[in-house]
Amino acid sequence: MADKVVDARGSHCPGPMMELIRAIKAAAVGQTIALWTTEAGSKKDIPLWCQKAGQEFVGVVQMDGYEEIAVKKVK
Amino acid sequence: MAKELLIIGAGSGGLILSNTVARALSREIRRGEVTVTLLGDRDEYLYQPGLLYVPFDLMRPAELIRKVKELLVPCVTFMHDRATRIDPESRQVQTRSGRTLTYDYLVIATGSELDLEETPGLKEGAHWFYDLPGAIRLREALSRFQGGRVVVALGLPHKCPVAPLEFVFMLDEWARERGIREQMEIIYAFPLNRAHNIQTCADWAQSEFDKRGIQLETFFNLDSVDPVRKEVNSYEGTTLAYDLLVAVPAHKGDAVHADSGLAVQGNWVPTHRHTLKVGTYENIFAIGDATNMPTSKAGSVAHFESEVLAGNLINLLTGGGAPHQYDGKTFCFIEAGMHKATYLSFTYDQPPVPGPPSEAIHWFKQAYNRIHWMNLKGIV
Ligand SMILES: Cc1cc2nc3c(=O)[nH]c(=O)nc-3n(C[C@H](O)[C@H](O)[C@H](O)COP(=O)(O)OP(=O)(O)OC[C@H]3O[C@@H](n4cnc5c(N)ncnc54)[C@H](O)[C@@H]3O)c2cc1C
Repeated sequence: MADKVVDARGSHCPGPMMELIRAIKAAAVGQTIALWTTEAGSKKDIPLWCQKAGQEFVGVVQMDGYEEIAVKKVK
Repeated sequence: MAKELLIIGAGSGGLILSNTVARALSREIRRGEVTVTLLGDRDEYLYQPGLLYVPFDLMRPAELIRKVKELLVPCVTFMHDRATRIDPESRQVQTRSGRTLTYDYLVIATGSELDLEETPGLKEGAHWFYDLPGAIRLREALSRFQGGRVVVALGLPHKCPVAPLEFVFMLDEWARERGIREQMEIIYAFPLNRAHNIQTCADWAQSEFDKRGIQLETFFNLDSVDPVRKEVNSYEGTTLAYDLLVAVPAHKGDAVHADSGLAVQGNWVPTHRHTLKVGTYENIFAIGDATNMPTSKAGSVAHFESEVLAGNLINLLTGGGAPHQYDGKTFCFIEAGMHKATYLSFTYDQPPVPGPPSEAIHWFKQAYNRIHWMNLKGIV
């Protein structure tokens, strides 16, 4: 279960990515953020961002018309 | 009773819109059937695209400034005052000097501003060229610059998403022409994993970076600046030492949006991407940088939106409908160094494809810089 959902459906690049980063910054260590996105690039970019930023990429779930991408703040 | 159009913000969008509507309805305005009022917190207009040239001493500040009154057709009423609160229910706008203005139709054209406070140390440690004092200070820094590492670090969103690329290409050629490029490193630090949020533009920028020896630092979200150690840090944990830091920090919308309960994240105004209507209001519109629309924050967008909205407002003020829709049209010249330029032209549905830079397009941009004033008046 995510601690917070960021609904960025309908938002275009770089909207979803920026909203996720903002939410991760604001979250406490140990919390998981779920990003809802319809933007195709998010799925590719967010795991790469997690690698660079040292945060944990939890996974992508295909929902009805959008994707849920979960990231855990580990530091 | 006259129908009242009130426009907040005497920048690119506000000027083009008020001039276009007032020119079309000059007879109705003279007869007292319609009023067009432009409310602006500055009585001078600054041609912001010219700021790109100031650090290289290629345009002088005085060339970029005109009195708002000189740019308006006579039947627009200009009020030099600041909107402090918008009340959609009573159709009123409060101003800083204590006035209450009424409207039938309201247009928010308040632009965007640099958020210099969000990144600790940025104001003390960085240069920028996105406002006039910053561009003049950078001109002074460049005139003394003899070499070292230049870091250009960006936040998102920012207006004119190609200006930072233009700046580094011009910087590269400026340094070559002065014979100091060998003593210099240029690093472009961008929040995403490429050099621009539009993929085709990022691909083109990357090929220019490779040719010019400009390094790209990806996933660099500005976090803090240490002005004493001369280091800039990203949220991702990267630290870059610099001799000269040029930042384009993330922008925000005007405080009046949030103070009036009309703002979303970033203080932007929630605006319909085709009709330009704000939220659920039928009589409030927004244009230009102030919106949350998936467009570039560019003068050309403000211009094309103004044309669409002017068509609708002219109808609405004279008892017609609002059939015109904005399609995301955007046009941006891109200086690819000091002597050549290319351009991007796109809509919501058609992504841009930058063509090969040419001298002719560079001169076209230079000419546009000089005739922009006529554009504001709705002549070009
Ligand atoms: C360095 C640089 C280079 C650029 N290059 C290009 C380019 O090559 N091509 C391009 O298309 N665009 C370019 N732009 C972007 C372009 O200048 C802006 O996108 C454009 O000015 C936006 O128009 P606007 O009307 O939305 O806002 P603005 O022109 O910024 O005008 C907003 C106005 O509203 C006023 N205002 C704000 N709040 C209030 C209030 N509460 N009450 C009253 N008045 C208020 C402000 O003071 C301002 O006068 C560039 C910008 C910069 C900084």
